[in-house]
Amino acid sequence: MNDFAHLLDRLAYEPRRNAKLRLLQDYFAHAPDPERGWALAAMTGNLTFREAKPAMIRGLVEARVDPVLFALSHNYVGDLAETTALIWLSQNPPAPAGEGGSTLAPPGHNNPPPHIPTLSEVVQTLATTKKADLPGHIADWLDALDETGRWALLKLITGALRVGVSARLAKTAIGALGGHEADAVEEVWHGLEPPYLHLFAWVEGRGERPTTLNPAPFRPPMLSHPIDEETDFDKLDPAAFSGEWKWDGIRVQLAGGRDEAGEQVARVYSRTGEDITHAFPDLAEAITFTGTIDGELLILRESRVQSFNVLQQRLNRKAVTPKLLEEFPAHVRAYDLLTAEGEDLRPLPFAERRARLEGFVAALDHARIDLSPLVTFETWDDLAEARADPASVGAGEDADAIEGVMLKLRDSPYLPGRPKGPWWKWKREPHLVDAVMMYAQRGHGKRSSFYSDYTFGVWRERPEGGRELVPVGKAYHGFTDAELAKLDRYVRNNTTKRFGPVREVAYGIDQGLVLEIAFEGVQRSTRHKSGVAMRFPRVHRIRWDKPAAEADRIEALETILARGEREIAPGAVIAEETP
Amino acid sequence: MSLRAGDLLTQTREGLYCPLGGFHVDPTWPVPRALITHGHADHARSGHGKVLATGQTLRIMAVRYGEDFCETRQEAVLGEEIRIGDVTVRFAPAGHVLGSAQIAIQAQGVRVVVSGDYKRAYDPTCLPFEVVPCDVFITEATFGLPVFRMPDTAGEVSKLLDSVALFPERAHIVGAYALGKAQRVMALLREAGYDRPIYLHGAMEKLTELYKREGIPLGETPKVVATERSKLHGAIVLCPPSAIQDVWSRKFPDPVTSFASGWMRVRARARQKGAELPLVISDHSDWPDLCRTIRETGAGEVWVTHGQEDALVHWCGTQGIAAKPLHMLGYGDDGEAEPAAAVEEPPAVSDEAVA
Repeated sequence: MNDFAHLLDRLAYEPRRNAKLRLLQDYFAHAPDPERGWALAAMTGNLTFREAKPAMIRGLVEARVDPVLFALSHNYVGDLAETTALIWLSQNPPAPAGEGGSTLAPPGHNNPPPHIPTLSEVVQTLATTKKADLPGHIADWLDALDETGRWALLKLITGALRVGVSARLAKTAIGALGGHEADAVEEVWHGLEPPYLHLFAWVEGRGERPTTLNPAPFRPPMLSHPIDEETDFDKLDPAAFSGEWKWDGIRVQLAGGRDEAGEQVARVYSRTGEDITHAFPDLAEAITFTGTIDGELLILRESRVQSFNVLQQRLNRKAVTPKLLEEFPAHVRAYDLLTAEGEDLRPLPFAERRARLEGFVAALDHARIDLSPLVTFETWDDLAEARADPASVGAGEDADAIEGVMLKLRDSPYLPGRPKGPWWKWKREPHLVDAVMMYAQRGHGKRSSFYSDYTFGVWRERPEGGRELVPVGKAYHGFTDAELAKLDRYVRNNTTKRFGPVREVAYGIDQGLVLEIAFEGVQRSTRHKSGVAMRFPRVHRIRWDKPAAEADRIEALETILARGEREIAPGAVIAEETP
Repeated sequence: MSLRAGDLLTQTREGLYCPLGGFHVDPTWPVPRALITHGHADHARSGHGKVLATGQTLRIMAVRYGEDFCETRQEAVLGEEIRIGDVTVRFAPAGHVLGSAQIAIQAQGVRVVVSGDYKRAYDPTCLPFEVVPCDVFITEATFGLPVFRMPDTAGEVSKLLDSVALFPERAHIVGAYALGKAQRVMALLREAGYDRPIYLHGAMEKLTELYKREGIPLGETPKVVATERSKLHGAIVLCPPSAIQDVWSRKFPDPVTSFASGWMRVRARARQKGAELPLVISDHSDWPDLCRTIRETGAGEVWVTHGQEDALVHWCGTQGIAAKPLHMLGYGDDGEAEPAAAVEEPPAVSDEAVA
């Protein structure tokens, strides 16, 4: 456990990708089996412990530390695992009463050194122990480990390492052990189980390449780059590209095939390769084919694409009930075909794959899978027009579920990763509104203890006359670190009230800070006092110069709402995308 | 008690004020008469009329602001009682930085202690903290959360020396506040047996020379010469925290970025600063020492000036001690304040000036 903790600690402080890669390679080359396999599982998100939940950890700490002090500390540190690791009072020996500045007595007579668990031991114990017995085990481990060890243990069991290592980087390091590319590891990945003994044997040249027993494996997707309107179009030839709508759903892969017994295997994968089939039985039913479709997961009602917000309601549910399936029917709008009937189509040019896809979808003839239409254009100006007003060029009633256009080079093969050049995304212009900062809250993770989450409001007429600011949203990105430092200082120097972690700042007709907020759309909301909620709001500019009285009015948002009115179920969760 | 503590010391826009003595303590604006606890810029500002402080603090202020930093100055000798108006004041060591003092203010049998910033941990560059029994103890709470339990400084210094041994080809750039922290790190390095030159950013030179004149041995501390930076393989270089983000620090051979600060205790804070080698060395009391100190003063009432006041006020409540936060603005800019607020550092000297 200590070696793994040491690795995570080093990774957490190492900003450089190549140095992270070196640390990972070094660990994987030296750690024994099965320790390194469990570590790899943890880094690729393939370890989950159902019974060990944050609430359990919280309970353990609160048995030893004043819950108020713990809550304040957690709020400050911004991370449960780290707060617990730092605040934990080891009972080797029992801590003195009071504020409890406990120190470990030196091991020796009557005080044997505590048993430090191995990673494998932790994993096995968590997987096999009854829920009621877990807290005792975890407390013993926390007592035995030092601060770094406690932090790593808690990161591991609460399932979010957050040390700046993606599954992809971990696989890159594994591949490098045997001179393989990360994609070679991806290809065999879905047939493997932790602790990956066969995988390590293969990359170290001690065993055969693991055969994919999975007849419906995940294929790493091809991703696009945002286009820079100022510079990129001049260099690109419109005739070389094919255009498509950029749908506001989630990227998925539908994979189907026959296993050794001849049974159909159907898989739905997220864009990161997570198997999400269990959440989409309605889509799995449609995978009657042998092949791999790349497309967008959308909710369709009466053939009309619903907003991302509606999709979000389906994604957020834990239990997949018949009612949910009926109210939120899942569809896939297909835009690429990676394999078909055992043939790998990825080396083919886009135009050829597209033709194959059209035939494939037509032959499949299933209501849940349709084709993402092409957007025809001759010049970049044509495309700009389509992007500005999709309804006018064939998107019809689905226009509101379109967040821009995609450009795909006709003669490009399907290349996993994010190669620069063949695929471009051109998102629609965001809406802008000038709002006034009203409340601020401390952030988490990288921004822990900075006041980085801002609730902002716009002006609304009071029924009794005059006007008031009404909160319409919350933004926590869009600014640089230097701007964050200024905003943080502004909040501290202009605090008028404190509500636990939240600070109210000075605002009104003659005081307050104006934030120019960019956002993707407006939806009606019963959760917000203002009755509206913004999609994906972020700080576009900080208007240090603009008086609060000149900020926008609620009518500005209501106009946008009226344009794209969509019904939202009461209690709907407002979509929060990660950029 | 006929006199209430609230009459002895009140809060004004300028900071804490003693009406019976007609003076402010550590005012954040210019006032006619100021008593200063220590030389950090957020507590010791220029432009006051009369200033009363320890001799070392007065000399620090003169170095920072020039000899004319106030109209008249008076030296407070530690432990001696001084009569001002209807009150008696006494300065006692605070253990924070060279010259730092707590100020006990007494009238009609009521004693209030303004501790300024203080610590109980070992520091070879200043006198240790002295417990002054009092009715009201005014404390900071920079590290007022139980997650702040500072490790032994010797262990932190050995982390730095281990890294220097491991990477003898790389320069180790340590961000440290120019008054107090930098000299403490130098002294701790000397105690650990490090006898090579410790290189200084230009912004640290004057205060380090002052420490040496005050009798603190710090060994050889040359100023970094701009053109020599690329040759400082394996050197330890101290600079103000702000200089680490500056191009100035990028000219050293493959620099290892380090910070010496109590904030390094929290991983996210260390990462925000870009620290690859965080050294948890604090000039403020950690949580156990804040609690211990409040108990040892025997104060029935505690006022918290700045920092993480909520937790400390709550803890006092659980101990049956009356406590309130003062929410004072303007404190905590001494480089160990929250990094986001720490912009008022001595200006980093530009390349030309260093050369």
